[in-house]
Amino acid sequence: MRVPVSWLTDHVDGGLPADPEDIGEAFVRVGLEIEEIHRAEEIPGPLVVGRVLEITELTEFKKPIRYCRVDVGPDENESDTGSRGIVCGARNFVVGDLVVVALPGTVLPGGFAIAARKTYGHVSDGMISSAAELGIGSDHSGILVLPEGTAEPGDDARPVLGLDDPVIELNVTPDRGYCFSVRGLARELAASLERDFTDPATRVAVPAEKESSWPVRLDDAEGCPRFVARRVSGVDPNAPSPWWMRRRLLAAGMRPISLTVDVTNYVMIELGQPLHAYDATRLQGDIVVRRARAGEKLRTLDDALRVLDPDDLLITDDSGPIGLAGVMGGASTEIPAEHAEGATIDVLVEAAHFDPATIARGARRHKLPSEASRRFERAVDAQLPPVAAERAAQLLVEHGGGTIVAGRTDVGAAPAPAPVRMPLDLPDRTAGVAYPRGATVQQLTRIGASVELETGDDGKGVVVATPPSWRPDITMPADLVEEVLRLEGLDMIPSVLPAAPAGRGLTAGQRRRRAVSRAMAEAGYVEVLPFPFVGDAVWDAFGLAADDVRRRTVTVLNPLDAERNTLSTTLLPGLLDALVRNRSRGLEDVALFHVGQVVLPHAQPVTMPEPAVRARPSADEYAQIDAALPAQPMHVAAVLAGEREPRGWWGGGREAGWADAVEAARLVGRVAGVELRVTKGELAPFHPGRTAVLRVGDFPAGHAGELHPKVVEALGLPPRTCAMELDLDLVPLTDVRPVPRVSPYPAVAVDVALVTADDVPVADVADALEEGGGELLEEVRLFDVYSGAQVGEGRRSLAFSMRFRADDRTLTSEEANAARDAAVALAGQRVGAELRA
Amino acid sequence: MSDSTQETVPVGGPLDAATLDAAAEAAVNAFAAAADLAALAAVRPAHLGDRAPLMLARRELGSLPGKDRADAGKRVNAARVRVQEAFDARREVLVAERDEKVLVEESVDVTLPWDRAPRGARHPITQIAEQIADVFVAMGWEVAEGPEVEASWLNFDALNFGKDHPARTMQDTFYLRERKDSADTSAMVLRTHTSPVQIRALLERELPVYVVCPGRTFRTDELDATHTPVFHQVEGLAVDKGITMAHLKGTLDAFARAMFGAQSRTRLRPSYFPFTEPSAEVDVWFPEKKGGAGWVEWGGCGMVNPNVLLSAGVDPQVYSGFAFGMGLERTLQFRNGLPDMRDMVEGDVRFSRAFGV
Repeated sequence: MRVPVSWLTDHVDGGLPADPEDIGEAFVRVGLEIEEIHRAEEIPGPLVVGRVLEITELTEFKKPIRYCRVDVGPDENESDTGSRGIVCGARNFVVGDLVVVALPGTVLPGGFAIAARKTYGHVSDGMISSAAELGIGSDHSGILVLPEGTAEPGDDARPVLGLDDPVIELNVTPDRGYCFSVRGLARELAASLERDFTDPATRVAVPAEKESSWPVRLDDAEGCPRFVARRVSGVDPNAPSPWWMRRRLLAAGMRPISLTVDVTNYVMIELGQPLHAYDATRLQGDIVVRRARAGEKLRTLDDALRVLDPDDLLITDDSGPIGLAGVMGGASTEIPAEHAEGATIDVLVEAAHFDPATIARGARRHKLPSEASRRFERAVDAQLPPVAAERAAQLLVEHGGGTIVAGRTDVGAAPAPAPVRMPLDLPDRTAGVAYPRGATVQQLTRIGASVELETGDDGKGVVVATPPSWRPDITMPADLVEEVLRLEGLDMIPSVLPAAPAGRGLTAGQRRRRAVSRAMAEAGYVEVLPFPFVGDAVWDAFGLAADDVRRRTVTVLNPLDAERNTLSTTLLPGLLDALVRNRSRGLEDVALFHVGQVVLPHAQPVTMPEPAVRARPSADEYAQIDAALPAQPMHVAAVLAGEREPRGWWGGGREAGWADAVEAARLVGRVAGVELRVTKGELAPFHPGRTAVLRVGDFPAGHAGELHPKVVEALGLPPRTCAMELDLDLVPLTDVRPVPRVSPYPAVAVDVALVTADDVPVADVADALEEGGGELLEEVRLFDVYSGAQVGEGRRSLAFSMRFRADDRTLTSEEANAARDAAVALAGQRVGAELRA
Repeated sequence: MSDSTQETVPVGGPLDAATLDAAAEAAVNAFAAAADLAALAAVRPAHLGDRAPLMLARRELGSLPGKDRADAGKRVNAARVRVQEAFDARREVLVAERDEKVLVEESVDVTLPWDRAPRGARHPITQIAEQIADVFVAMGWEVAEGPEVEASWLNFDALNFGKDHPARTMQDTFYLRERKDSADTSAMVLRTHTSPVQIRALLERELPVYVVCPGRTFRTDELDATHTPVFHQVEGLAVDKGITMAHLKGTLDAFARAMFGAQSRTRLRPSYFPFTEPSAEVDVWFPEKKGGAGWVEWGGCGMVNPNVLLSAGVDPQVYSGFAFGMGLERTLQFRNGLPDMRDMVEGDVRFSRAFGV
């Protein structure tokens, strides 16, 4: 919402602060956010009003050019001719028009200095300016023609143009629809500055009328509770809008068009009531307000043919729809743009009250956010329609001639805000402030509420406030509290730290997530936070089968990028994107991790319940909401490529490999309190021979390994890129870990070399040793792997070191050897391992 | 020394005092002349070895009669002790010299070392979220969480966003559906704020509730220097008997001091949010602000709207509450002077590394 300061000044008694910044601060104090304060750029030099005396059409050039003689006042005119000669390319003016002339020496906005110069065969001694060139609007379409009587030739054009009138641009929050008007803003400003406010609505005399001015029927009183129409006949359609009106519209960011359009826009900005002007001669029969019927169409003012929805609220006549109520009028009853000289028009002004939600849906459905819909969807003062229609009719007559036709249509009933009861001390109790006696009543009166005091059943004071018609947002005590607090000033509120009861600290899950994140970072991985958006292309690149469960995704209906319109079921695509980006920036050795939620939809969607509001949902309903949401487990994933250990002056580095990915997963398991079991697996996008399944017990919780060479190629990854991903929610939280028995007795270390078939996983051999070694076995560790001629084709030798120890005595080597033999025997039995000869 | 002694110990013989003195003197000189431990070791056998003069002299002692033997023994021993002490002293000197020399020889260029292990880091958003959680946990609050894909009922309806209210469209929501053929297009959203966690906390916890909820949120903003469609918020909620806006102000001031230093404080400007009434914008006094200390827009807050309490099953006649919310990206951006939001989302390792673990 943009408003020039002068327009506000009209309605605040005692004037406004000279500095517009102070006005801005006053708005901010009561809850209106200042977007910007626009000051016109200063224009130094002789900028004057001129009258066009003569126009000579120059036709010998590529485009039509005019050479004009312009009267710029006795001080500036050439003494011999009584005018100045100016060349101009615009054509929207005639002899006798008042224009704005930048004479040589003037510097227009943007540093555009005007000088006399020879052009098109004439000396151009200045420039006839457009609104845009003067910095008061964006209209480049032609030069600015001032209406007759606005000023005299030679007058300084600056005050006429309002260059000294700053424009305040505000953000109006959705609850304050009434602030989309000068009326509402001036009221707030007066309240903030503690000055008196003159309501522009009460300045309009609305005479009583007996007859109706047009037959109107409301078939949908919910969508349109009230409809007012006033008729003005004999208006000169070619009459110009007065300059002050056009200037204010320009300042408000609207383009002046014609008297009828300008008047309806002006009254809308002044009072907040959107209006529509019909050409009464084009209306056919009664006006009926109703919902659309299936298949109905309407050509709107923007010349678009719109297919209507049964929820659309329409203004109709015998011909069918003539307007999308509260959003945009129809083309068929529009007042035509061109009129014969001397013709008059018959205008029917509509001022209606519409249901905010209906208008909001309609404007959204047809993607037609208009000045009217913006106001209607935030609720307009239901008492305004007769006032606004009268004001518009008066302005039309005043500036376009004609007469107001006797009679006023006013059908339906304006909804009136209900009284709100509130304990008198509620504002004090809410703010934690003891306000001065009477402050609550005073502030509520100031916003226009009628206030009564009663004594409640408990003997305490009760405020009964009936909100004014422009504040339908006030429906409950908290709304009244807000008014008192903001008008008293939020800076009154002291700073008091509440004493929360003793908390329990972070949960085990929260502590674990922190530990995992720290451990990964300490292990050399860099955390990134990629977006969750992916497209099906990544699953193709991953080589996922058509029925792979990871292809089952939640769809984003309005994605920013149509190619990435689903939510990822794994963290890997985002991490791999980041890996590629780092490589493309010349960073060779990259190890990344991410801890985040993934989104796993149901096989069969579950219906989402919609509990009522303002009452606690039942336990079933709440459980049903969570059941209807997709599963969103917390995952941790990592990717790495390049050197895992950097090379340097100490020697060569070590390339990242599948074992690093497995190690990262095991690290997460260890930090989470679980020793993950590793088995061989096969899962896209991993290399089929280099995929580890990480298990909690027997339950798979994730995968790690090297990526499939085809995936590496398809995604443009560095060769041998490795990755791991774990579902952290599958790793049980171990709040209390078992206490170890730390024996002080000496250990016996024994090494064994076992020969097995080379496709026997080491983990199976180690598991057998661990189990066979019994209680005395403290640790088994693989320290060497050998395959070659000495062990035979298709076999390999695994060297383990085993440490034995007893809890209660010094172990003898005989005991240790017996335990070792048992371990080796079990490995032999399980996986055919033999002691190496 | 008696005459009889001189009689039995031949002058010039191995046990003669002069001979012993000369041998000892020769040994001391030899040791002193040894330049290093190797030279010392080389001369040692000649003076302290089995065939050294003093060793040989000792063997002669047996041939002497009782008293003479005792006297000569004393002389031999004294000479031996002298030689041994000279040896030890010289050795000690030479060992010290050698040790010192080794240390000098082994000196290196200690500026050589470089990163020998890959350098990991945590994202600054994670770090600031933990810092904020710690600030509130220290005040006795707890950390609450919720899902990113959220029911519209929790993201909007329960938070007092009317179905067709303009505030709902202002949130620039990503709408979701589980299946491509599903007709229901508004039941699920990517949460536009962390506020649905307020409702979850009130529905799941015993009153009073003091929770802080950091988390990832989503709005349909194109990525640029100051916007990102995926960002993070932290939400605070306190619902208790007798909670006032002064408590809100006190909490925000404490939060501001923890984040921006002891000089910091907050200021409230009236505003509007569907889920709070009264509502306010929070500005924070930031001493380190670019171009001088000043107020910076930080977030939104207010007293929990009674309709929200009702939807969460809390009686607004008995309980009241306050809530506040801030963007973490924005907080980081002005606190740390980050010029471009894109750095936070692109995942360039150089960015996160600057913030450490």
